[in-house]
Amino acid sequence: MAQRQSFQIGTGLFILLGFAALAYLATQTTSLANYRQGASYDIVARFTNIGQLKLRAPVKVAGVRVGSVDAIALEPDKLDAKVTLSIDDSYKIPDDSAAAIFTSGLLGDQYVALQPGGSPDNFKNGDEVVLTQSSMQLEELIGKYLVGGDAGKAGDKSKDAAAAASGDKKE
Amino acid sequence: MSASRRPSLIASGLAQVGACGIFLLQILRALPRSLRYLRETVRQIFFVGAMSLTIIMICGLFVGMVLGLQLYHTLSIFGGTAALGTVVALSLYRELGPVVTALLFAGRAGTSITAEIGLMRATDQLDAMEMMAVDPLAYVVAPRFLAGVIAMPLLACVFNALGIFGAHLVGVNWLGLDSGTFWSNMTSSVDVWSDVMNGVWKSAVFGAVCTLIATFQGYTTPPTSEGVAYATTRTVVFSSIATLAIDFVMTAFLM
Repeated sequence: MAQRQSFQIGTGLFILLGFAALAYLATQTTSLANYRQGASYDIVARFTNIGQLKLRAPVKVAGVRVGSVDAIALEPDKLDAKVTLSIDDSYKIPDDSAAAIFTSGLLGDQYVALQPGGSPDNFKNGDEVVLTQSSMQLEELIGKYLVGGDAGKAGDKSKDAAAAASGDKKE
Repeated sequence: MSASRRPSLIASGLAQVGACGIFLLQILRALPRSLRYLRETVRQIFFVGAMSLTIIMICGLFVGMVLGLQLYHTLSIFGGTAALGTVVALSLYRELGPVVTALLFAGRAGTSITAEIGLMRATDQLDAMEMMAVDPLAYVVAPRFLAGVIAMPLLACVFNALGIFGAHLVGVNWLGLDSGTFWSNMTSSVDVWSDVMNGVWKSAVFGAVCTLIATFQGYTTPPTSEGVAYATTRTVVFSSIATLAIDFVMTAFLM
């Protein structure tokens, strides 16, 4: 009888340990860890390009997390991206703040950075961020560099590039 | 002789798979009846689950540590060591946790199930149970099957947790990665349902497959000592192949 009891205790401990491990994995190592249960308010920001911004991506002020991306939708008439940001109620943000999409590190995820303005009034639920800066697209930057200001300059540059390439080949 | 041998091998292989499928249906039909022997199920969870904890925990720790070392080295080539936590967590939760746990489970618990049931068969204990109107499927096989399905996901979770701990130990404490970077990158890219629970579903299926093969091999073993030895070997071989093959199929569908 005592032996049977010890089996049951052992099994109970094992199942407890297993579920504790599952709870730890689910709450401490996933996006649930960033989930704030506190009250929040929503503000809207429109971007011409959101890059790889994902749902639940962090919203930061001065690098500190203040909320998360709640929804991403395409505005049908303007064809720009409407991003709903859910901001924790405890943070008051001036209503002339600017929103920008940045990347954390070289390979990191994208997040929305709010640059605080100087207005005495704060964002309220449903307000829209007027000043926005879209995510940087590497292809666009390269394109801008290659095409350069005017056409003649671009021609020179491509000639230079061609010369450099052939020069490399000779060596 | 050799020409006629090949088709018979294929045919007998197919017959084995078919018999295994029928055996699964028989187990499922015996499951409600086996609920009468709940104590037996609890005892089996202790044997296949709790007794496997030591090997699972040690292996999880070392797998996590090796992942930490290898991925740190590889990621440093691209200047992306900040992503170490993410890569370790995703590869553990989605693949390594369930698969390595299943392989260890087949070696640690599957073999003992096969040997135990095989010896019951060889010593006519299963026939004796039938004589006493005790259904061996409900009393012997179904509790072990149920125990495997319950224990495997829990073991995989313990394996994953220890793996993350090992990777943190190597990446943060030894190689000097920032602890905040390690955790924040992980928490921002790992999802509960598509990553953690994905691994849990997988390991539940692996638990069913491994215990099905182990009980089937034990139940149908030739009642000789040689037969039990071969059945035990086949349990490990078939469980490993089935685990890896089903892993591929499930990954393709769950992605």
